[in-house]
Amino acid sequence: MASRQRLFNEILLSVENISLSFGGVKALSDISFDIMKGEIRAIIGPNGAGKSSMLNCINGFYHPQQGAITYKGVKRSRMRPHEAAEQGIARTFQNIALFRGMSTLDNIMTGRNLRMKTGLFWQALRVGPAAREEIEHRKTVERIIDFLEIQHIRKVPVGQLPYGLQKRVELGRALAAEPELLLLDEPMAGMNLEEKQDMCRFVLDVNDEFGTTICLIEHDMGVVMDISDRVVVLDYGKKIGDGVPDTVKTDRAVIEAYLGVSH
Amino acid sequence: MTAASSSEADTFPKLLVGLAGTRPHAPAYREKEYGIWQTYDWAHVAAQVNRLAAGLVDLGFARGERLIVIGDNRPRLYWAMAAVQSLGGVPVPVYQDSVTEELAYVVDHAGARYAIAENQEQIDKLLEIQKSVPSLATLIYDDARGLRYYQGLLSYDEVLERGAKRLQVSPGLVADEVAKGRGGDDAIMLYTSGTTGRPKGAVLSHDNLVWAAKAGAEFDGLKAGDELLSYLPMAWVGDHLFSYAQGHVVGLVVNCPESAATVLTDLREIGPTYYFAPPRVLENLITQVMIRMEDASVLKRRLFQYFMALARTVGPALIDGRPVGPLDRLLYRLGDLLVYGPLKNTLGMSRVRVAYTAGEAVGPEIFNFYRSLGVNMKQLYGQTEASVFVTIHPDGEVYSDTVGKPVSKVELRIAESGEVLYRSPGVFKEYFKNPQATSDTKTEDGWVHTGDAGYLDERGHLKIIDRAKDVGKLNDGTLFAPKFIENKLKFFPHINEAVTFGHGRDFVAAFVNIDMVAVGDWAERRNIAYASYQELAAHPAVCDLIQQEIERVNRDLAHDPRMAGAQIRRFLILHKALEADDGELTRTNKVRRGFIGERYKVLVDALYSGARDVHIKVDMTFEDGRKGTIEGDVAIRDLVPQHAMPLEQAS
Repeated sequence: MASRQRLFNEILLSVENISLSFGGVKALSDISFDIMKGEIRAIIGPNGAGKSSMLNCINGFYHPQQGAITYKGVKRSRMRPHEAAEQGIARTFQNIALFRGMSTLDNIMTGRNLRMKTGLFWQALRVGPAAREEIEHRKTVERIIDFLEIQHIRKVPVGQLPYGLQKRVELGRALAAEPELLLLDEPMAGMNLEEKQDMCRFVLDVNDEFGTTICLIEHDMGVVMDISDRVVVLDYGKKIGDGVPDTVKTDRAVIEAYLGVSH
Repeated sequence: MTAASSSEADTFPKLLVGLAGTRPHAPAYREKEYGIWQTYDWAHVAAQVNRLAAGLVDLGFARGERLIVIGDNRPRLYWAMAAVQSLGGVPVPVYQDSVTEELAYVVDHAGARYAIAENQEQIDKLLEIQKSVPSLATLIYDDARGLRYYQGLLSYDEVLERGAKRLQVSPGLVADEVAKGRGGDDAIMLYTSGTTGRPKGAVLSHDNLVWAAKAGAEFDGLKAGDELLSYLPMAWVGDHLFSYAQGHVVGLVVNCPESAATVLTDLREIGPTYYFAPPRVLENLITQVMIRMEDASVLKRRLFQYFMALARTVGPALIDGRPVGPLDRLLYRLGDLLVYGPLKNTLGMSRVRVAYTAGEAVGPEIFNFYRSLGVNMKQLYGQTEASVFVTIHPDGEVYSDTVGKPVSKVELRIAESGEVLYRSPGVFKEYFKNPQATSDTKTEDGWVHTGDAGYLDERGHLKIIDRAKDVGKLNDGTLFAPKFIENKLKFFPHINEAVTFGHGRDFVAAFVNIDMVAVGDWAERRNIAYASYQELAAHPAVCDLIQQEIERVNRDLAHDPRMAGAQIRRFLILHKALEADDGELTRTNKVRRGFIGERYKVLVDALYSGARDVHIKVDMTFEDGRKGTIEGDVAIRDLVPQHAMPLEQAS
C-alpha cells in the first residue's frame, strides 16, 4: 500500500468563523477549517461536539448565523441542500435514509435524479430520449454496483438487507450523483470489524479511483487515524485540534476531551 | 494417438484455432458484468489468446515454463491458460481462497516465474510470496481496482498491447509456436490437496485431457453450443475438464457468474444444458426450496406435497424410460405444468440435459429429488489423476448407491485389499518433481491406486464404500467401512456428524452429533425446552429420535450382505459439537477419527463395556478463543440388530 502522506494544493471548501446556535444552545462557535481537493478529511469529537451540525452546515441543511463557507472559490451565505447537491456535494446519513421498499438498484438510481435531463412526459412514456438516457444512467449505476460489490442484492428491497449492506447502498446512492465532495456521517457506526474493514476499503477506493474528496465523521479512532489525511477535532462546538493524524493523536487538548478530564 | 488422428488437433491451442475457423461467430464465453451478459465469440477468443501469448513472448516467457493463474472463474483467466499453452507452457491454476503460505509452497514448487491474478486480493498474496520466493518475477493483474499505487506490476491490457506490437512485426509468432505443440506435451498442472502432507502437482498432458473430454462428451452426447456455468474453482480438475477441456473439444459456451454470491441468479438466467454440482450445493438448493415452501400458502403447499409424492414414484421411471401407467403419465404432465416446471425454472435447471454430481457421497433423497423432477442427474467417479472420468452413470442405469460404469477405455481392478485401481488414456503423467509419490500411486504398467475401497456389483456398477486406509474389520471378520456408515447417518437432517468405531472390536458403535438447527426446530415444534446444545443433546426424546434414524440405517445395512454384520449396536449423543477449533475436525470439516477416539476414550470404553451412562469432562475452546471445560453425563443406548440377512459369515 502506498503511503498516505499525500500533498494537496487546492482548497475545495473552506469554513470561516462559523457559529451556529439553536435558541440558547451554541452548537458551533467560531469554527474555521478547510478541505483540500482530493483529500480524506475527518471530523471527530465526543458526542454532542457539533460534528453532524458541521456537516449539515456544509451541505446547506443548517444556516449558520455567522461566518461563511467558500466552496470552489465561491463564497456563499445561504444555500439550500438541493443547491449544494447540484454543485457536487453528496452525503450519507447517520441513520440510514433509503427507500426501504425499493430495490438496491432503484435506490441508487434515485441518486441520478439531478442528472436526468428529459422531461416528465418522455420519462412517463419511457421511449425515445428518456429510454436512451435511462440506459446511460443505468450504466453508471451498474458501475457503482460493481464497485461496491453488491451485485447479489441488485434486485433485493433494501428493507430486507442487513445494516452493513444498507450502509453500502447508501454510499452507492451518494456516489451515483458523481459528487466532487462526499460527506459521510458515521459510515461505520454499528458495524462489526469485518464490515468496518470493508467500508474503509470502499472509502479509500472511492477516493483513489474517482478522486472524490471525502469529509467524514467517525467515532472509531483506529479507522480515522488509518484512512484520513487530516483530522479536525471538535469539542462542545469549539475546534480544539486540526492536523495530520499523528499530530492530533498526541495533542493534549484532544486527549483530554476524549478521556473526559473535568472542565 | 494413432497416425490417423494425429492430423487432428491434438492440443488445446490447435483446437482453439480450429474453432475460430469453423465457428468464428458462435458464442464461446459469456461473463456477466455490469448486470449484462457480455458474449465473446470464438474468433474474439482466438485473437485475444494470440495477442496475450505474443505479449508473454515479449516478457520472455519460454517453452515448458509454468505460470500461476489465480482468481475466480473469468474468461480472461481461461484465455490466459490457452495463451500459455500456445507457447508450450504449463498453466498452474491455484485455489483463489488459499492462504499465502499454501500458495507460497505451490509457487515455489512449481518454479513459476510468472503469475496472472484476477485482482488486488490475489496480488497482495503474490507480493507477500515474492519476498520469500524471489523467482516469481512477473505479476500480471486483470482488475486494476485498488492497485493504483502499486509498483512493478503489469496489467493484462499492457501485456495485450505488447503482444499486439510484437504481432505487427511478426504476425506468425504465436502460430509457429502452436504448431510446435504435441499431444504428449504437458498441458496443465493441478495441485491436489492431500489430507496428509504437502500438495502434489499432478501433471496432465494434452492427450490425457483431450481423451477425457471426448470420452465424457461421447458418453453423454454433448454437442457444440451446450451451455455450462463455470462457478467451481478453476484449480479443481472438474472445472478444468468441463469448462476448459470440453469447452475446446466440444465447443461449449462457458458462462462465468458475476460474483460468487450471484451464482443462483446467474444459473437461472443462463439455464445451462450441462451442469455440475457437488452434493453440498444440491443439498443447499433443496433446503432453500423447502424453507420457501413452508412460507407458501396452504394451497401451494398442498399442491407441492401432492405432486412431489407423485414425482418420487413416477419421475425416475419416466427419465429411465421404464413403463409408467397412462394415468400417472397424465398426472405427471399436470405436475410438470404446475410444480416441476416452475421449480426447475427457479433452480435454473429447465434446460439441463446432463447433470453430474461427485466429490463425496450424495444422499439418496437429495439425488432422487432432482431425478424425480425430470433432471437427468447422474453421479460420476473421478480423480485429478484420471483427468476426471473413471465411471459415470449411463442413461437408464442410474442408482443412487453406485457411481456408475467405467467410461470406454477405462479398465477397473479391485485389489486384494479392496482398493479400486484404474487404467485409462487419461491417467496423469506424473507428480511434478515427486517421483516417489508418482511411483507410489501409479504402477509401472499404468494402474493408478485410487485410495478408495469399493467393489463392482452384479450390475457392473462401481460402489465406493470408503477410503481404503479407513476400512477395517470387526473381530468376526466383517468388513467395517466407517465413512460409509457415517455418511448414511449424516443423510438424516437431524444428524450433523457421526463417528463410528469397530475396527478390532466385536461390534460397531457410534458417536452422534445432532444438528442444532434441525433438532432445535424439531424440539420447538414439540414444546421441548432446552437452554444449550448439551441440554438438547441429552434429552431422552432427542435420543429416541436419533435411535429411530439409526435403526433405519441398520435396516439399510441389513440389505447388503457385505455390510449386514456392521450394524450399529450401541450409540451415544455427544454432549458437545465436534469443532475444528478443538482439533476434532479438519479445517474442511472431516472428522479426525483417531484423535476423537483418544480424546473421548472414556466414552469409547463405555460403549464397549456395557455401561448405561457415563460421566465425561473435556477441554474445549470457545468461539472467542477462550479455553474451558465442559462436563456432563452421557446416556448410551443399545440397539437390536436387524435380521434381514443372516449375521453369521456376512463377509
